[in-house]
Amino acid sequence: MMKSLLTGATFALGLTTAAFAQDETTKVGFIYVGPVGDGGWTYEHNQGRLAVEEHFGDAVETVFVESVPEGPDAERVMTQMALDGADLIFSTSFGFMDPTINVAGKFPDVKFEHATGYKQADNVSVYSARFYEGRAVQGHIAGQMTESNVIGYIASFPIPEVIRGINAAYLQAKAVNPDVEFKIVWAYTWFDPAKEAEAATVLIEQGADVILQHTDSTAPQAAAQAAGNVATFGQASDMAEFGPYPRVSSIIDNWSPYYIARTQAVIDGTWESTSTWDGIAPGMVGIGEITDSVPAEIKASAEAMIESIRSGEMHPFTGPINKQDGSVWLAEGETASDYGDDGLAGMNFYVEGIVGDVPQ
Amino acid sequence: MDLSSINPILLLASLMVAATPIMLAAIGELVVERSGVLNLGVEGMMITGAVCGFIVSVSTGSPWIGFIGAAIGGAILASLFGVLTQYLLSNQVATGLALTLFGLGLSALMGQGYIGIKAPSFPDWHIPLLGDIPVIGPIVFQHDPMVYVGLLIVLAVWAFLKFSRAGLILRAVGENHDAAHALGYKVKRVRMLAIMFGGACAGLGGAYLSLVRVPQWTEGMTAGAGWIALAIVVFASWKPGRLLLGAYLFGGVTVLQLNLQAAGMAIPVEYLSMAPYLATTVVLVIMRAGRAPGSLGRIFHASR
Repeated sequence: MMKSLLTGATFALGLTTAAFAQDETTKVGFIYVGPVGDGGWTYEHNQGRLAVEEHFGDAVETVFVESVPEGPDAERVMTQMALDGADLIFSTSFGFMDPTINVAGKFPDVKFEHATGYKQADNVSVYSARFYEGRAVQGHIAGQMTESNVIGYIASFPIPEVIRGINAAYLQAKAVNPDVEFKIVWAYTWFDPAKEAEAATVLIEQGADVILQHTDSTAPQAAAQAAGNVATFGQASDMAEFGPYPRVSSIIDNWSPYYIARTQAVIDGTWESTSTWDGIAPGMVGIGEITDSVPAEIKASAEAMIESIRSGEMHPFTGPINKQDGSVWLAEGETASDYGDDGLAGMNFYVEGIVGDVPQ
Repeated sequence: MDLSSINPILLLASLMVAATPIMLAAIGELVVERSGVLNLGVEGMMITGAVCGFIVSVSTGSPWIGFIGAAIGGAILASLFGVLTQYLLSNQVATGLALTLFGLGLSALMGQGYIGIKAPSFPDWHIPLLGDIPVIGPIVFQHDPMVYVGLLIVLAVWAFLKFSRAGLILRAVGENHDAAHALGYKVKRVRMLAIMFGGACAGLGGAYLSLVRVPQWTEGMTAGAGWIALAIVVFASWKPGRLLLGAYLFGGVTVLQLNLQAAGMAIPVEYLSMAPYLATTVVLVIMRAGRAPGSLGRIFHASR
C-alpha cells in the first residue's frame, strides 16, 4: 500500500512539473530507483541530468522522478512522462527493464534508454558501464592491502553485473595474494543504510580488513571508519569525504558524456537504438583518486593497471580461468566475450576459488 | 562453512544495537495504540527524528542534544497527526499514511545541506566493573548509552501501564473511550499526550540510526524500519515485555543471518534473508496474540 501511495505522490509530482512543457524544447525524462541524495548510484545519474541541462541550456528541459520502486509502478511513472511529452526517457535501474520495454511498445515515437539491462527494441537503447574494469583495480589494491587475507564483499542482488564485479575483484586479488579469501554477504537491497552498516560490521567482526561494496549508501564507509583499521572503496560515487582512509579509492560512474550525446542525437534526429557498454577508456567508468594511505608501490602498480585497461592491453577476464566447479571457462590467453554462452553480459557463476553459491 | 568465525559474544552484542531503533519506535507506538489511536506514520516520524537529530547534533556538536532535538521533532510531527485525527476527526489510517509520506518528503528537504557530513561521535560506555565481567560484560555492558535509554523506556512504559493510575486511565481510554469520557476523563488530552510520546520515541529511534548506527544522514535511511515497528506492536499483543522480545528477536536474526552468510553457511541466501521476518512472526504468533484495545482506530467525539 505504501509503495503505490508513494508512487501516486511522485506521479502527481511528475504531472505538475511536466505541465510547463513547451513544444520547441526537447524534453528528457529520468526515473531513478533511489533518492537523488543517496550519495551513490542515483546521485551520479542526477549529475548526468544536470550536465545535460547545463550543456543545452534552454533547448532542453529535464524532468525526473526519484525513489521509483522497481516493477509495475515504474511503468506508470514512465507512461505519465511519455504522455506529458517527453522525447527521451532514461530509466536508470536494472529492475526497470521490463517496464521500459512495455511502455516503449505503447509509445513508438518516444525514445527510451535503459541502464544495465539487456532487452533492446526499436525505440529502446541499452547502456551500461564496464564496472568490472574498476572492480579489477579494486581487487588489485585490496589483495595487497589486506593483512588478515579476508576481504569482505557487500553484494546487492544476484544479477550478472554484481557477479561480474565479484569475479573481477577476486581474480585480481588472488593474482597478487594467493592466500586471499572473499566473504560475501548478499544484502538484497540497493539502498538500506542500516542494513549495509550491519553487513559491514558483521564482515569486520569476521576478520575482514578490506570491504568492497556494491550497495549505494556510504554506511559501510562509516562502519569501517568506526572500526579503524579497515579499508573501503567508494561505490558509484567518489565518497571522497571518507578519504584518505578508510576510503582508499573508488569507482565513479560518469554518465554525463553519454547523456549529452544521446540528447544531442534526439535533437538532431539521428537517434538509433544502440547497445553501449563502455568502460574506463571512454571515461564512463572513472577511478577515484587513490589516496596516500595506499603504499606508493601498490598505488603505482594500480595506476599501471588502469592504464593498461585503458589502452586495451589488459582485459580483466583473461584465461586461464576456471569456473567454481573446476570446469574450464577461458583457456590460456583467451578473453571473455561480451555476449553468448558464458559471456559477460549474462554471467551467473563464480570463478574457481570463491567459496559459497550464487543465490539462484 | 566455518561457524567458528562467528564470535557469539560479538553477535549478541550487535543484536542489542540492531534492535534498538525498532524497539524505540515500537514502544512509542505501543503507548499510542493502547490509548486507542492507530498511527501508521511511524516511518515518517522516525525519518523526521533522524534528520532533526542529525541537524541539531551537527550544529551543537553534542549527540545528546541531538537526541533531544529528534524527540522534539518527532513529537511535533506527531502532534500534527494528533490535531488532525483528534480535533478535526480525520480518518486515522489515511492520516497516518499521509504522515509517513509527508515525513519522508520533509526530511529530504530539511536534510538537503547535510548529505555527506559526519555526525559527532557518540562513544560507547564502558561501564566500570560490570563491563569487565567476562562474556556478559562485553555483551550487555559496553554499549552506547542509547541502548540503555531504550531499555529504560520500555521498563518505564511497562511499569506505567501496569501500576500507575495514569496508566490505568490511558488503558481505559483505549478500551472504551465513551465509558472513559462518561467517567470524566479527558479522552482527547490523554490521546494527544500519547501521540506525542509516540512521536518522540519514533524520533529517538530514527536518530539512533542517523547518529549511532549509520551514522550519517541519507534520504530515506530508515528504509522501512517504521513498518516493522508497527508489526511488532501487533505481534507483541500490545505488551511491552513481548515487544522487547520481538525487537530483540528481529534484530538478532537479522544479525545472525548476515553472520551465517559471511561464514559461508550452505543454506540458500533467500531463506536467510526472510528469516528475521519469519522467526519474529512465528514466535510471537505462537505466543498467542492478545486482544487489541477496544477503541483502537475509532474516532471519538463527545456527542456520539
